[in-house]
Amino acid sequence: MIESLDLGMVNWARGQFALTAMYHWIFVPLTLGLSWILAFYHTIYVRTGNEEWKRLTKFWMKLFGINFAIGVATGLILEFEFGTNWANYSWMVGDIFGAPLAIEGIFAFFLEATFFAVMFFGWNRVSKGFHLFATWMVAVGSSLSAVWILVANAWMQYPVGQAFNPETARFEMQNFLEVAFSPYAVNKFTHATSSSMLVGALFVLSISSWYLLRGRHVLMAKRSIVVAATLGIFASVFTIFNGDESAYEIAQVQPMKLAAFEGLWEGEQNAGLVAFGIVNPEKKVYDTRDPFLGFNLHIPRLLGLMANRSLDSYVPGMRDLVYGNPEQDLLGAVQKMDRGKKAVASLEAFKEARKAGDQAAADTHLASFNQYKEFLGYGYLQRPEEAVPPVALSFYAFHIMVGLGTLFPLIFLAYLYFAKKGTLADRKWLLGFGTITYFLALIASQAGWVVAEVGRQPWTIQGLLPVTVARTNLTTATVQTTFYMFLALFTLLLIAEISIMVKQISIGPEEN
Amino acid sequence: MIENLDYATLQHLWWLLCSVVGALFLFLTFVQGGQSLLWQVAKTQTEKDLVINSLGRKWELTFTTLVLFGGALFASFPKFYSTSFGGAYWVWMLILFSFIVQAVSYEFRRKPWNVLGSLVYEGFLLINGTVGILLIGAAVGTFYTGANFQLDGNNFVTWTHPYRGLEAALSPSVSSIFNIALGLFLVFNARTLGAMYLVNNIDLNEAADMGTRLRAACWQNFLISLPFLLLILGSILFMRGYGIVDDAGTVEIISFKFLRNLVANPWLILLLAGGLALVIAGVWKTARTSETGGIWYGGLGTVLVGLTVLLLPAYNLTAFYPSKADPQSSLTIYNASSSPYTLKVMTYVALGIPFVLAYIAYVWWAMGRSKITIEDTGDRTAY
Repeated sequence: MIESLDLGMVNWARGQFALTAMYHWIFVPLTLGLSWILAFYHTIYVRTGNEEWKRLTKFWMKLFGINFAIGVATGLILEFEFGTNWANYSWMVGDIFGAPLAIEGIFAFFLEATFFAVMFFGWNRVSKGFHLFATWMVAVGSSLSAVWILVANAWMQYPVGQAFNPETARFEMQNFLEVAFSPYAVNKFTHATSSSMLVGALFVLSISSWYLLRGRHVLMAKRSIVVAATLGIFASVFTIFNGDESAYEIAQVQPMKLAAFEGLWEGEQNAGLVAFGIVNPEKKVYDTRDPFLGFNLHIPRLLGLMANRSLDSYVPGMRDLVYGNPEQDLLGAVQKMDRGKKAVASLEAFKEARKAGDQAAADTHLASFNQYKEFLGYGYLQRPEEAVPPVALSFYAFHIMVGLGTLFPLIFLAYLYFAKKGTLADRKWLLGFGTITYFLALIASQAGWVVAEVGRQPWTIQGLLPVTVARTNLTTATVQTTFYMFLALFTLLLIAEISIMVKQISIGPEEN
Repeated sequence: MIENLDYATLQHLWWLLCSVVGALFLFLTFVQGGQSLLWQVAKTQTEKDLVINSLGRKWELTFTTLVLFGGALFASFPKFYSTSFGGAYWVWMLILFSFIVQAVSYEFRRKPWNVLGSLVYEGFLLINGTVGILLIGAAVGTFYTGANFQLDGNNFVTWTHPYRGLEAALSPSVSSIFNIALGLFLVFNARTLGAMYLVNNIDLNEAADMGTRLRAACWQNFLISLPFLLLILGSILFMRGYGIVDDAGTVEIISFKFLRNLVANPWLILLLAGGLALVIAGVWKTARTSETGGIWYGGLGTVLVGLTVLLLPAYNLTAFYPSKADPQSSLTIYNASSSPYTLKVMTYVALGIPFVLAYIAYVWWAMGRSKITIEDTGDRTAY
């Protein structure tokens, strides 16, 4: 299966997926968050009948529309990239993974696509009530879409409700409800949605702050800020809580990811959480170099508490997870590979026996396969050290995300405080900082995905299917070509999008 | 009831559902057809804006249907998804590119500071409406003419032609002629439908000249599409195909395979004939009368023709994605489908589809009660 492996091709395919996903994620959190904010603004307009609120709603709606179009454009490719660049993956797990994507199409995309047109063009065409309903449906649709794509992604992190079928040589679904309501999926959804509301709120806050600094559209800016910041406070608090819940989930089902983003090489009782540190890039899992360069700050005991919800608990480090730790009763990649190789060999022998028509031998090999099948994926690793994801990237991404995530609620509080006092327009320092907070939110949001996806390496499906097997049989040159095609096209479209946005913001809302 | 469906029934049902989505997509390509008509029927800026704003209220529906077609195939026939998308890499990549550039064009075309200028965005729409649809047609053509791949013991795909899918249209062979003919038929059918839709959706009292051009374009494009259609239908009657010949699923070449399929399932003939009659009725109403409802006939007709095109190469023990390189690697609805459990789950999910169709129809009606006018194109939110 991996004799003819070309690692260069796999890395280019990963790069291409990362590229397209990251471009997509520039636009999606804004769509996801802003759609709800629009629903609130539109509701206020319908309830008060105040034309100022209509102007305000229409303004944010226009920015939403520009962003939505490019979000759709960058999203299309992601669905099909599973097939084009990860064909073996699509076959091996399509029985499970295809379902949420199809459901997303049926129930979420059509809701968005249908009501988007009503929301935009329905001002004089449908009743006020139905129009407002359409705006809410766009928000519901975008969140439903998030539900299903995150169910799919959560399943890649924590593959529940499935079993490997040796007859068809693929993983097959055993329990749909386990897949759909996996605790990992629930957390992923709440975390991604609430953090996207934060992004939406900070988008409004940034642009409104710029208007206040310039003394333009002052009333609209203030109104926009009050609603967005109120929503932002709730979203931030919620994001911190479900972020903590996510970390706990990760510790339970992907301890290697947790160890990597915390830079924890050696397992520890009462491990501390790193508040600040510079990762030693030379450090390998088998050496005794210092994990950090120079000064680093740990908050005592907090990692154990976060990972296991108990103070005296043991958090395994990367070394334990690679080489095993009998004292803690931990299997390492070394031991898992040993069993995985047996699973792979038994599976091949089973197929051979089947082909030869030898039922007795087939049964024996099948029994042996079943004994080791949970380690199947490890059978395809070459070296145990491959089980460690890129540490520095995971570490910095995680700490940037957490650092910024703690800052955001303070910003919202400050805005609300000064807005209530009526002195917001005079706080130039706050407004100045406020204008860049949207970009900080985007960085935090992207960093979150880096933690989730880079931290899962070398797996496409945690523990079951490494990226080296999941690939399509393509030449490196082919994938490089499409990589650069996407890079060029998406960059061009991004430049056009930013330029149009800047112009629309500088024009501001329509005059009466 | 769904619990008791056997595996083969589920496989037939899901091929039918995927085909319905595919056929609806072909109807909705009136958006692409309208895009490729833009420069031909709209001579002034106002006329252009009318066309774009009319199509702009529907493009996402077409786009979403394409995405669902992919998603539904992924969920129900994952082996097709992995084999075709991973194998025929370049043909799908180019199709996707043509839809990526479409998605931004409506929104960006007339916005100030759009960097590329409106002509480029209109060019994107033209590419999507011509090359995009042509390649989709060529890809569907391979359901009949076969593709170049091999599957190994793990069902992993190896493509055996260096063009990776583009050979469906570019290799000098009889297959390419068939595939290209299907692609061109879809392009001109989309244009015919596009003209019907625009006649229906725009208030042509304000743009009478364009109305005349649209009705003429409907007739013209229908006439151009006819020879391609006849070529396809004629070939289908005489072509050989790949069929399952025993219980072990062995695939062999069978002469007159599609004619045999038509004889075995005569209702497909009815579907096809009814579809063609409806398309002709739609063209007649649009091009030869002053009525505006032609799109409903043309649309339903296209759905029926599309259904026939997608069902014919899959039912009656036929390989719907035959491999010319290794016939035993060919995909059938039996060997390419998801597990019975997944198909059942998805069948429960599919019970929601009528509800989705219902709200789409309601919104279409509610938004279409008054036609697109010049006033609609002047709003700052307009495309």
